[in-house]
Amino acid sequence: MATATAGRRSTYPYWFLIPGGLIFTVFFLVPSVMAFYFSLTRWTLFDQEFIGLDNYVQFFREPALASGLTHTLIYALVTSGLKVVLGMALAILLTGPIIGRGFMRSVAFFPVLVSTIGVGLTFQVLMHPTKGIINQALAVIGIDGPAWLVDPSWALLSVALVDVWQGVGLATVIYMAGILTIPGEYFEAAKMDGASAWHRFRHVTLPLAKPATISVIILSLIGGLRKFDLIWAMTKGGPGFTSDVMASVVYKQYQAGFYGLSTAGNVVLFLLVILIVLPLFWLVNRKEES
Amino acid sequence: MRYSAAVLLAGVLTLSACSAGSLGSNDDDGSGKTAITFLTNNDPANVKVAEGVIAAFAAKNTDVTVKLDTRPQGSEGDNLVKTRLATGDMADVFEYNSGSLFQAIAPQANLTPVTGESWVGDLDPTFKQVVSADNEVYGSPWQNITGGGIFYNKPLYTKLGLQVPKTWADFMANNAKLKAEGVTPVEQTYSESWTSQVLVLADYHNVAAADPGFADKYTNNQAKFATTPQALAGFQRLEELKKAGYWNADYASAKYNEGLAAVATGKAGHYPMITFGVTAIETAAPGKVGDVGFFAMPGTDAAKNGVTLWEPSGIYIPKSTEGDKLAAAKKFQAFLASPDGCAAQAAATPVGGPFAVKTCKLPDDVAPAVKDLSAYVDAGAASPALEFLSPIKGPALEQITVEVGSGIRSAEAGAKLYDEDVKKQAQQLGLKGW
Amino acid sequence: MNRSRIPLSGFAIVLFAVVFLVPFAFILLTAAKTQSESALLDFSWPTQWAFVQNLQAVIEARDYLLIIAFINSTILTVVSVAVVVVLAAMAAFVLQRRKSRWTGALNLIVLSGLVIPPAVVPTIWVLQKTQLFKTMPGLILVEIAYAMAFCVLLFQAFIASVPRELDEAATIDGAGPVSLFFRVVFPLLRPIIVTVVVVQSVFIWNDFASPLYFLPGDENATVQLTLFTFQGQYNNAYNLLFMDVLLVTIPPLILFAIFQRQIVSGMVSGSVKG
Repeated sequence: MATATAGRRSTYPYWFLIPGGLIFTVFFLVPSVMAFYFSLTRWTLFDQEFIGLDNYVQFFREPALASGLTHTLIYALVTSGLKVVLGMALAILLTGPIIGRGFMRSVAFFPVLVSTIGVGLTFQVLMHPTKGIINQALAVIGIDGPAWLVDPSWALLSVALVDVWQGVGLATVIYMAGILTIPGEYFEAAKMDGASAWHRFRHVTLPLAKPATISVIILSLIGGLRKFDLIWAMTKGGPGFTSDVMASVVYKQYQAGFYGLSTAGNVVLFLLVILIVLPLFWLVNRKEES
Repeated sequence: MRYSAAVLLAGVLTLSACSAGSLGSNDDDGSGKTAITFLTNNDPANVKVAEGVIAAFAAKNTDVTVKLDTRPQGSEGDNLVKTRLATGDMADVFEYNSGSLFQAIAPQANLTPVTGESWVGDLDPTFKQVVSADNEVYGSPWQNITGGGIFYNKPLYTKLGLQVPKTWADFMANNAKLKAEGVTPVEQTYSESWTSQVLVLADYHNVAAADPGFADKYTNNQAKFATTPQALAGFQRLEELKKAGYWNADYASAKYNEGLAAVATGKAGHYPMITFGVTAIETAAPGKVGDVGFFAMPGTDAAKNGVTLWEPSGIYIPKSTEGDKLAAAKKFQAFLASPDGCAAQAAATPVGGPFAVKTCKLPDDVAPAVKDLSAYVDAGAASPALEFLSPIKGPALEQITVEVGSGIRSAEAGAKLYDEDVKKQAQQLGLKGW
Repeated sequence: MNRSRIPLSGFAIVLFAVVFLVPFAFILLTAAKTQSESALLDFSWPTQWAFVQNLQAVIEARDYLLIIAFINSTILTVVSVAVVVVLAAMAAFVLQRRKSRWTGALNLIVLSGLVIPPAVVPTIWVLQKTQLFKTMPGLILVEIAYAMAFCVLLFQAFIASVPRELDEAATIDGAGPVSLFFRVVFPLLRPIIVTVVVVQSVFIWNDFASPLYFLPGDENATVQLTLFTFQGQYNNAYNLLFMDVLLVTIPPLILFAIFQRQIVSGMVSGSVKG
């Protein structure tokens, strides 16, 4: 191996990193670092002034902004929880002896690829409180459906459900990959021991699909915490502020021309993501080493 | 091979330098005419007016061609205008709000003052004030003065023998009768959240009538919505109507044009709105414009009853426009302050209120709601809305009024939250005393 | 197949079809209705087919805005993906092959690109300082920066399976680093390149937030933004809105039909990007 890197001229020159690294640094890393400074300023397009932590104080004092933080957490937890449960259930169904597996997998996966804005606008219509087909269908079986997006207590949850609809296909496929790597003997052995289906799930599938579970959780948490497009297409954070999340709050402050405040929101979101996701990564790495 | 990747890269980068721009319409025909661009918002009715005005202007000024450019409405558009001004990339002449939003684009730094132009003398004094900064005038009017208040269904009023209310108590009595008749007393359309603010904003004449100094005190951080009873009243009235069950059942999901249709067809008795809505009634409920009347927000004192006015937006020229283009842009700006300009606008769409130019007359066939509005203006019973008297308008008002009108937040809490929002705006604008 | 499984399979197939296909059928049917019929928002067969008229109306709307948007989105997608594939593969090659004390730090930086939400306004500030704000090259560079981390990680994982002996053999034959990479290694990456190209194309085509922030203005609209402006524009013209949704969805649909396997495996291996 050492023979390949003879002399000072390497076979693997560092300048290969430069073009990509430069773009990544200028348009991603620099803004991310600058954000910490800008969040300490009062900043409109026409002038800028250092104001210390005032933007952060504003952020946590104003209920309309602070509630965005709670909503973000609820949204991320609900979507990732449902994706784990439903993704695993569908994966077990689709790895089992069943006809039409390929069809079902494709059908469930396709929404992942469709424009989120398109999905949002479509469900906005499907979820119309009186005319939407969801409530019309529920009425047929005697259920009086909620007003979904326009009901303050349902709005955030409704968007989360659509998020799950769109993203569960990906979770399913990840779980399928995970389950298919479990050696068949484990199931056979469990069957021999007379374990019930529940026991086989509880003691074979669940523990051995753990890497898949962690992947699904990490990916849906990152996605859920940063979600913007779906919420913006469906409710714009409304009614009132009831479905405002961090990303939509950041956009609204930006729209209003409060660039410093908007950036402070960005930094809060940034810290939130790091705080939640980093321990998960750490957990995965530790597990892998042991 | 070694260089092919680099060539490919260079190729794609060159390709990327051109975005598609615009298709279908021609730019400059190169015949020695001065070509200028006019930027306005992309509301379809507004675009129709812009096209009409450009055609009328072209007929009178054969040496200038005006190309229309559009931008989004609302805060997205605000941002675009600010960005284009800040980067020196603004259209040669553009339409933008007057009043507080106009102050926020730093007119002294970004716009060409036109105080000395001959047409400035023809402007309505209030309008002149809302397109001025530091004693310099910057704009001519785009479209009309409109009034905020309540659209009502005239056939229903006749059928039930109702009188146009001058006090809140009369208004609530009318609502009770409408409700008893099985008609929606008041229409609300929160699917488009901006419509929810009208009840609060249009109440400003009542605030000003009770406390003429409110706007200044408010600007100087001395008066608050939550602690000024007359100002709080707007929020409380919103809450009162919700609690009384006077909204339409689908208020949370209804849209603006559904609201207009409801009041025009008599499905609802009242729809709080600004009179620019009459231009959209024709598409929302064809043939029903004549059934819609208008009255000012009722207050506590019948003697002080009057209407809250929305000033027209302005036509401004950025400092970046120079030379022949500046001369052409000035011609276009002046055209909008002339009778020909007014006539072109009136021909393109039903007008929503009186013109802000003294030499312009309203056509005789205006909608009844506009005649109702003009009566208030002629009688002098009118005040400009708060956003034209103060540079501060909190950006979250529409979300707050949706919450109050939906019963999510109480009137007091809503007013308090709005005060916070206002404070944030003032601080971010860097105003003194906040 | 055991006969007892048929009822369960049938039930599952119907359930999947209802839950996942009905919304798409709804888009298709509504796009074919007349305006007044589409305003009913119901799930029904159009009594009068207006598919072609709607298609024409959507394309002609606002001075052919949709055509402009399709051109813009195509340029954006093709250029960003082409550039990011080459640059990310180069970077991943060196990062994977050359281990040093910097490796850990560099990998952490790459990982940060996946996790950290981009700081929007400071990015606009950078774009303004570089005269790139509101320009297509500016947006392309931002898309490349955002896609870089994901692509580098995928390439790194794949390059690990390419034997080093190949590098050594090529070097002994006198190949410099550039020709080693482009002539020997890059062609071997074909499977992962297909995956990256397909997955990134879908991501960038569907991206809404970046064009919204970094390339505002009607003349620069991308297809996702037309959905949004058309929603306000058309008010109750749901037939036109859904025609637009349909048109915007077709390119990913075609990609999916052709590259199903690569898309699924790519999404799974790069699942962190979500």
